[in-house]
Amino acid sequence: MIGHSKSVNARKEDEPLFELRGITKAFPNVLANDHIDLNIWKGEIHALLGENGAGKSTLSKIIYGFNQLDSGEIRFLNKTVHFHSPQDARKLHIGMVFQNFTLIPAMTVIENIALFLPDLGIFLDRKQIIKKIDSLSKRFHLEVEPLAPVWQLSIGEQQKVEVLKLLLANVKLLILDEPTRVLAPHEIAGLFKVMRGLKEEGYAVIFITHKIKEVLECADRITVMRHGRVTGQLMRSEASEDKIIEMMFGKTKIKQVERIVKAGTTSSKPILEIKKASTKAQGFSVGLKDIDLKIFPGEIVGVAGVSGNGQKELGDLILGLLKCEEGHKFLFDKNATHWPIGRVRREGAAFIPENPLSMAAVPNMTSQENMAVNNTRKYSRRHGFFIDLDTALTDLKRSFENLGLTAPPFLSPIKTLSGGNIQRVIIARELAQSAELIVAFYPTKGLDVLSTTAVRQVLMRFRDSGCGIILISDDLEELFSMSDRLIVLYQGKIAGHFKPEETNMVDIGHLMTGVRGENG
Amino acid sequence: MIFIFLRGVFSSSLLTGTSLLYATLGEIIVERSGIVNLGLEGILLIGASTGFAITAATGSASLGLLVAALAGGVFNLLFGYLVVTRRANQLASGLTMMFLAFGVSALIGRPYVGAMIKGLQKIPVPVLTELPWVAGSTLFNYDILVYMVIPVAFFVWFLLFYTRWGLSLRAVGENPTAAFAAGRNPSFIQYQALFVGGLLGGIGGAHLSIALTLTWSELMTAGRGFIAIALVIFSKWHPLRAIVGALLFGAAEALQLQLQARGSGISPFILEMFPYVFTLLVLLIWGGARRMAAPASLGRVFHGTE
Amino acid sequence: MDNKIGSLLKGPIIKKSMSETLLRYLVIILFTFTIFGLVLFIAGKNPIRAYADTFNSIFGSFYGFSELWVQMIPIMLTAVAVALPSKMNLINVGGEGQLFMGGWLATWAALTFQGLPKIIFIPVLMLFGFLGGALWAAIPGLLKAKKLVNETISTLLLNFIAPLIISLSVFGPWRSAESAAYPQTPAFVDAARLPVIPGTRIHLGFIFAVVALILFWFFMKYTKWGLEIRAIGGNPEAAERMGIRLQWYILIVLCIGGGIAGLAGMAEVTAIHGRLRIGLSQGYGYKGFLLSWITGGSPIGILLMAFVFAVITSVGDTLQITQGVPYAVINILFSLILFVVLAKPVLKGKKK
Repeated sequence: MIGHSKSVNARKEDEPLFELRGITKAFPNVLANDHIDLNIWKGEIHALLGENGAGKSTLSKIIYGFNQLDSGEIRFLNKTVHFHSPQDARKLHIGMVFQNFTLIPAMTVIENIALFLPDLGIFLDRKQIIKKIDSLSKRFHLEVEPLAPVWQLSIGEQQKVEVLKLLLANVKLLILDEPTRVLAPHEIAGLFKVMRGLKEEGYAVIFITHKIKEVLECADRITVMRHGRVTGQLMRSEASEDKIIEMMFGKTKIKQVERIVKAGTTSSKPILEIKKASTKAQGFSVGLKDIDLKIFPGEIVGVAGVSGNGQKELGDLILGLLKCEEGHKFLFDKNATHWPIGRVRREGAAFIPENPLSMAAVPNMTSQENMAVNNTRKYSRRHGFFIDLDTALTDLKRSFENLGLTAPPFLSPIKTLSGGNIQRVIIARELAQSAELIVAFYPTKGLDVLSTTAVRQVLMRFRDSGCGIILISDDLEELFSMSDRLIVLYQGKIAGHFKPEETNMVDIGHLMTGVRGENG
Repeated sequence: MIFIFLRGVFSSSLLTGTSLLYATLGEIIVERSGIVNLGLEGILLIGASTGFAITAATGSASLGLLVAALAGGVFNLLFGYLVVTRRANQLASGLTMMFLAFGVSALIGRPYVGAMIKGLQKIPVPVLTELPWVAGSTLFNYDILVYMVIPVAFFVWFLLFYTRWGLSLRAVGENPTAAFAAGRNPSFIQYQALFVGGLLGGIGGAHLSIALTLTWSELMTAGRGFIAIALVIFSKWHPLRAIVGALLFGAAEALQLQLQARGSGISPFILEMFPYVFTLLVLLIWGGARRMAAPASLGRVFHGTE
Repeated sequence: MDNKIGSLLKGPIIKKSMSETLLRYLVIILFTFTIFGLVLFIAGKNPIRAYADTFNSIFGSFYGFSELWVQMIPIMLTAVAVALPSKMNLINVGGEGQLFMGGWLATWAALTFQGLPKIIFIPVLMLFGFLGGALWAAIPGLLKAKKLVNETISTLLLNFIAPLIISLSVFGPWRSAESAAYPQTPAFVDAARLPVIPGTRIHLGFIFAVVALILFWFFMKYTKWGLEIRAIGGNPEAAERMGIRLQWYILIVLCIGGGIAGLAGMAEVTAIHGRLRIGLSQGYGYKGFLLSWITGGSPIGILLMAFVFAVITSVGDTLQITQGVPYAVINILFSLILFVVLAKPVLKGKKK
């Protein structure tokens, strides 16, 4: 731990509302919370800051009773409490606004709030509920049109409804999970106004975010998390950007990892070229804006960014699943703007997904069958009347050998394999065919150290043999050690374009979190 | 001449539209809670056969109506066991219940085939039936179910949108997780919705046998259950719009019957196709667009177009 | 350790052993027959007598036994018509209508091409039968592929329209002058009739059905298209990302299914009746649907269960003749079996 400042735990006026001691929570592949100590006071905005995967969401879900802690304790007003479900937490007046709202879009604001009112009568008296809403909304700057159906509201307004829901249910500790992720800049200001109003009336607010600028703007107390641990705690008065960044990202040394410098010159014809492409935003997804991107043979282009800033959309755009509303896409020197995904794959693009079981594998089929069905042209015999499963199996095995990955059972339904094994099968499958372009989407996520190294070496090898690779990852070390060029995605746009030797993780961290390089 | 024709169509459409509307209202309640009941056809048959049998056996059409409603409700609870408790595929389960109803209704109705019943009493509206242009027709001289159907539609509307129960039910149909987070019990609510829906469906079926035709024959519902399901989509799951839809379809069927009766020269078979073709067209034109209006958690496959 | 289990689990998707599955179904069938017996009893009928009479009629005479196999033919075909699309999670309830339209188009061919020799005529009729069903299924297929109408409802609605087209033809342009009282087409020439096993009504359609089942089994297990269809059924998004064309498969698969049901119609028309009549089908399409769902679309299951269905049909006939029970009550038996299958109960303490 970097360290606590001395004043952090020294509020003498009152006892903390909640104390968390040694909270530990492990998931199958990762230790999400590692002996966390935290205090929460009334009348305070307490920011919980960290990158994706730092463990902030898990911690807050434990406070809200959504997840169960493995060890540690929660104390409320000096007594130990146990939360078995959100109901228990709600009894102690804890409420949470999730990143995915529990609102019903088709219903009006009144109806959504009414649903959560603890004292709703048999008849829905809309006028009475409006009165209740009005009194609170004016006090806390949460004005919304009560009769409007929720789907018509902007995300910022929907968020207000979520907060109103909590207040009308007598919540005293509000946990806001990444509330600014989906807000426009001016809406963020409105949110901060609300949070300040709440704090002044004695409510406790836990504000989870990865954006440093915001924390500096509105938090009273800051707790920084990294890899499941608390790496630092400060009061706002003592905080500075650099201190926080150091707590979030660690020392600014660039890790020296083996990078085989390419022999020979780069060919001048790009494998992939995207010109001024934009896509439509749908639902929760982000729209890409004005993307200009080239990938040459024999290079790895790394894409850095906080998840949710357009990575999936970029991957789908390249693969042909997402349409360019504007702009053009060229693959292997041909105009591929309108190619369906089948064609893109056939012409030599491979895809390594983030969530293999839902995106790339057929759960009930064996790994062998998943291998065969991915390329039925190659494995079909006698004009399609037979599938050469044996060759598929051989190819799959060989691919595993090439990759140096431990082979899981190939003949059991793929859904019975562990998550990491499924990923291995998919990677082996995708890289078994000759690919000129690889779209790698968080390829080492969830893999053990051995497999991770092996996968990285494979990607390097493919790069050296002339493949173009776009590597989307949330692991900055990985990106820095493997990329020949690096771009940063922020809110659907390319916020920066570098060679790794020209920059460092701190600067990239800034761009990813919108501290510098933002437009307004 | 044309006046009598139109009058006949109008009156006829109220009559045929009534059972359709009850069925549609019941299905709206059920689908609003997130369940598609393809077995609605079966509920109608249960209602029709039970209603007729009890009426013929006891001589009391009111008792027949009551038992028919209850039978529909209980039958739907059985369906609920499959889809709510066992989480079986809703479409297949609905069809299973439909086939079950084919058999059960045949068994119940068989002893009474050909029986003469008095049926639900017709209640003439005092002043209106004496008007010169009304007298001698069926207009304004209906059974209680016809008079009640539109008030019932309004009642269902009130139930769904102005009571706590309705709010909870709709929440379950939209987002069971949110409903659960708000302290509701989605399974219990779905069972309740199914029971009420079954009551209404049973009434709709009973109307066919003890009011409209005063007969029972196997499979007499002739697909009305599926037309009702299409009507639910057409009315965007809203009870008041369902009134319009049911009247429209009633009119279509009435038109077809009148044309048949008056020897229009169009083959009766082509006329009989009309309701089904009409239903398909309705689904084709509006089904896709209406998908957005469906309760978000409806079925798991069926959104009208998936 | 993992690899041993892996090789043990090799095989069909349903990991239960054959005997376990058979036992399971036996228990379900016995259970349903008991419940049905109870229902009959409550309705004042004699279930024991009914079952006994059925047993006698089935096993008491060669002809009675042969009739079972006749009954199996159309329902095996319509079951495949449902099972094939079901591998893609498409629900085709339209077997009834597709059967009718297959019979209808085959009738047209039978009446139009009367001079052909049998050896050519039969395949021609098969072709038209298939085509009739396939085209009828193309309508819901297109509607579904274009994301306009759910196929369950559209196939159902078309089921109501198809018999009306039959009636239209049989009462109208195709009406036979000879039998003025009863609406039907003229009898087909002998060259249009499917051969039967002498002394029975078991006709060539049985071969169609068995071949269809074998082809279906082979198709799904070994061919490239079967693999792709299973992928769509297992994970449509993954299938799409692998480049499999979903829309194309939706249309083709429904058409092939419809065609097979159409063959059933052709067989009924050319073998059983020898002409087109209104009462062409006795709910064969729906029986096929139930058959497919009860057996989970398994070819061998369809074969075995079709026999059980034929027995149940016999029960229905017997009940109608001997005790005045409407034939439609056999729907209770069929649906109860499916009900139990859908409810996935725990049998004999085994894990679900």
